[in-house]
Amino acid sequence: MIRRAFSAGRLDGLTQWLVPLAVIAAWQIAVSAGWLSTRILPAPSDVAEAGLRLARSGELARNMWVSFWRAAVGFAIGGGIGFAFGLANGLSKRCENVFDGTLQMVRNVPHLALIPLVILWFGIDETAKIFLVALGVFFPIYIDTQHGIRSVDPQLIEMGRAYGMTPSELFWRVLLPGALPSIFVGVRFGLGIMWLTLIVAETIAASSGIGYMAMQAREFLLLDVVVLSIVIYALLGKAADTVARILERICLSWHPAFQRT
Amino acid sequence: MSTTALRRAAPTVEFPATAALPSAPPHGLAVTIDGLSKSFGGNAVLRGIDLRVAAGEFVAIVGRSGCGKSTLLRLLLNLEQPSGGGFFFDDGAARVCDPRAARVMFQEPRLLPWASVIANVEVGLGAERRAVGARQRALDTLDAVELADKRDDWPAVLSGGQKQRVSLARALVSGPRILALDEPLGALDALTRIAMQRLMERVWLDQGFTALLVTHDVAEAVTLADRVIMIEDGAIAVDLRVDLARPRQRGSAGVAALEGRILDRLLSGAALADRTALR
Repeated sequence: MIRRAFSAGRLDGLTQWLVPLAVIAAWQIAVSAGWLSTRILPAPSDVAEAGLRLARSGELARNMWVSFWRAAVGFAIGGGIGFAFGLANGLSKRCENVFDGTLQMVRNVPHLALIPLVILWFGIDETAKIFLVALGVFFPIYIDTQHGIRSVDPQLIEMGRAYGMTPSELFWRVLLPGALPSIFVGVRFGLGIMWLTLIVAETIAASSGIGYMAMQAREFLLLDVVVLSIVIYALLGKAADTVARILERICLSWHPAFQRT
Repeated sequence: MSTTALRRAAPTVEFPATAALPSAPPHGLAVTIDGLSKSFGGNAVLRGIDLRVAAGEFVAIVGRSGCGKSTLLRLLLNLEQPSGGGFFFDDGAARVCDPRAARVMFQEPRLLPWASVIANVEVGLGAERRAVGARQRALDTLDAVELADKRDDWPAVLSGGQKQRVSLARALVSGPRILALDEPLGALDALTRIAMQRLMERVWLDQGFTALLVTHDVAEAVTLADRVIMIEDGAIAVDLRVDLARPRQRGSAGVAALEGRILDRLLSGAALADRTALR
């Protein structure tokens, strides 16, 4: 009983780190023993050292902040517009008839294919990156918000009407909470696309940010900085997902799937 | 400090937690159904229903599935529009049911899963939810269905019978004048159903609302109702007064005899329908 509680509680948080730690350990050993050339992959210790060096010079913090800012602004704009369209098209059939067809058509264009066009429009300015991130984040949030509103139990909506809820009460007390689980799926998808878009955009056209840092390091054959950039992207992605999970846990505490046992 | 504490404590003395419902005078609403018909597409479900339900009367509506008995309730609650005819409430004074006067209990509990038990009960208060004493009314009603200790739980952790009791509390909290019951006990197990029937009868005797119970359980209809109406082919086929003393014992001779009569009629109708279908 005690063992089960222990393994279910504290160890669960630790077990997910076992594999990454083992991989890093094996990697370190392989490089130190000379099985793996440092021209292919620098040792984890070298990557950490590069991280420290860049952190001391302030370069790392500056580039991370720039990337984080682009991601956040792009996500807020794209997610906000996607959420608004998702609500409108989920709630109103007429609205859906007007917009959904066009949006579904645009959705089938890979947004990264627009990079040449976006560079021509905005140069390698901030606007270009934010535009691409916003475009990428828009669709998952739009689709899952619309789907969430649509899939709210019609029996609950009828109950709300029978109990005299006004349209705004019906929205805030029935439709929005009912759509929330699906909206969170969209948010987590959107976060993944957000990082992907940013990485591509920053490696192709940027003068700052993590992606730029990686590309510049490549020019000078600084393999450790390249690997460091990749690791930072992974950690940032993980951090964003963790925040989304925590929010999900708080907002959906009523949901049997998120109930703490 | 101590006087403030005393003053703060005083109101709780005035509102002792009792099993009694928020006091409501007998105030059922009379309903007259006048030539009511409803068709979906070309399919006529109800063809000219005429019925007078007195204030505070308990009427059970039985019939085979698909006979339109649930549609009748939905029309009453203004969830659908009649194809012809309509309703008169309060002896002809109103044609449309005041949404605050009528409450409904569905076959499914239909509780908001993201709202606590007490918040779900408060849904029944409608716009009065924010009024002074609303929380206390909801608590008293929850107490009357014996679920006061579950007030802060999520509906997901309740059993089927408990959920339906919360749904009953939600329907009752505003002190409705008409209670529409759309097979509310159909999905419950036999024991829970009997307990719920007793609870509903007690509440009805206490509050005096007009009750319209749609059910496929003839024994339930005979146990609870003053009158049993049977709908067949979209019209009222049987209108039977049940003059048995309350509380009625399930399985007693009087109940069984009436139940038998209604069942015979239902089954003969079914046999008739089968024969026509075969032909």
